[in-house]
Amino acid sequence: MLLSLRDVSKSFASGTQALKGLTLDVGAGEFLSLVGPSGCGKSTALRLIAGLIAPDGGAVNFAGDKPETGFVFQEPTLMPWANALTNARLALDLEGVARGEAEARAAEALARAGLKGFEQAFPRELSGGMKMRVSIARAIAAKPKLLLMDEPFAALDEPARQALNDDLLTLWREDGMTIVFVTHSVYESAYLSTRVAVFSARPGRVVEEIALKPPAQRDERYRLTPEFAAAAGRISAALKAKP
Amino acid sequence: MKAALKYLLPFALGVAVLAAWQITVRALDVPVYLVPAPSDIARAFADNFPSLMASLWATLQVTLIAFVLATAGGVGLAVIFSQSRMVENTLYPYAVALQVTPVVAIAPLILIWVGYDRIELALILIAFLVSFFPILSNTTLGLKSADHNLIDLFKLYGASRWQILVRLQLPSALPYLLGAMKIAGGLALIGAVVAEFVAGSGTATGLAWRIIEAGNRLEIAKMFACLALLAALGIAIFAALSALEYALLHKWHESALKKQG
Repeated sequence: MLLSLRDVSKSFASGTQALKGLTLDVGAGEFLSLVGPSGCGKSTALRLIAGLIAPDGGAVNFAGDKPETGFVFQEPTLMPWANALTNARLALDLEGVARGEAEARAAEALARAGLKGFEQAFPRELSGGMKMRVSIARAIAAKPKLLLMDEPFAALDEPARQALNDDLLTLWREDGMTIVFVTHSVYESAYLSTRVAVFSARPGRVVEEIALKPPAQRDERYRLTPEFAAAAGRISAALKAKP
Repeated sequence: MKAALKYLLPFALGVAVLAAWQITVRALDVPVYLVPAPSDIARAFADNFPSLMASLWATLQVTLIAFVLATAGGVGLAVIFSQSRMVENTLYPYAVALQVTPVVAIAPLILIWVGYDRIELALILIAFLVSFFPILSNTTLGLKSADHNLIDLFKLYGASRWQILVRLQLPSALPYLLGAMKIAGGLALIGAVVAEFVAGSGTATGLAWRIIEAGNRLEIAKMFACLALLAALGIAIFAALSALEYALLHKWHESALKKQG
């Protein structure tokens, strides 16, 4: 196990209670999707894991030290004044990695994210999908053990989204990292995940955990199989259940 | 063709207006002490060239020094504001009070305090006061406009406050700062001229003083020559700052993108 959330609750200054009684384990190396209705606290859970906010009650525990963590937002969240390479270098620069090494590692990360040849491009010269690839390259350049993703592909069109799904799975397999992936798409979670945690409406908590066994190598054809349909059906049913 | 027209049309208008002015003044025989013809102004300019250039240099010096100080001071104070909410809340009302008080009203006081023997310092101080506030308020806004998710990401990667300031907040504030500099550059010139008008006499040697002097002597053509120089100076400052803005922003900022499109 990599980390666990125990009976976590979180309210905001506005009085909104985002999470109540959230208990969730994240195993090392798994691809865990958090699925739930809008405003159910999925993103809040992600920010708690990242340590960007602290819980009001309960605890976020890590097995061992807090792992090197990457974060990908719904928006690409790039620095518009910096080219793709400099953006991808961010974590390395902040950690004081020597410039030459940082550039080499960032260039490699960009290539792995499918952006070889776009190192010098500025964000505004890139499409939405390509900007998201820079954002992913920035996250994997620091070789994170844990990658947190907050509806990263929600704003993309379907072909870009499916291409990014497949490329993300490749990165996940190659790097052996743990991914916690927030989405509101049943089909996306069914395609990507080894496990899905279904959230209740606000205040959010996990109402059902669904383990999936997708084939290690999957492509578009997997979306047409009965196994995929069954997985999507289980997630969908859990979402609709009124506990 | 379109690009050529963009520059040709304003130029042609200027020539046409000057020609019409020249012809009208000559045809109606308007006395030169009321409305001088462009040719009279050109002659006044040529006759007084050394003294006008010296005055231009004096005004330029005051304007530039005040502008540089206002930019440095405005950015510096904005950075301090961005680091401490308490300092911002304490000082900002006074910065606003200083801004909304008409500088012409404070100018005599400053002149008395600084002294007519150090008139240049007084002029710089007044021009500084006029141009300082837009830099402060815009840079403060710009520093706050950094993407909050990016700030979170910087924190996640263990960035120090210094790293967040230098690598994220200052670049985010740059478009705001450059916009404010274009305003402040013009204001510094206005401040320098107004200050000299208030000083009225003494050791001031800038273009504003030349205008007062020429007015007292009814040398209207020379007044026009001074006005033309002031306008040219204002345009040059604006053009230089626009060029700086383009150089720093055109690769990445949306404002430059639209011009290309």
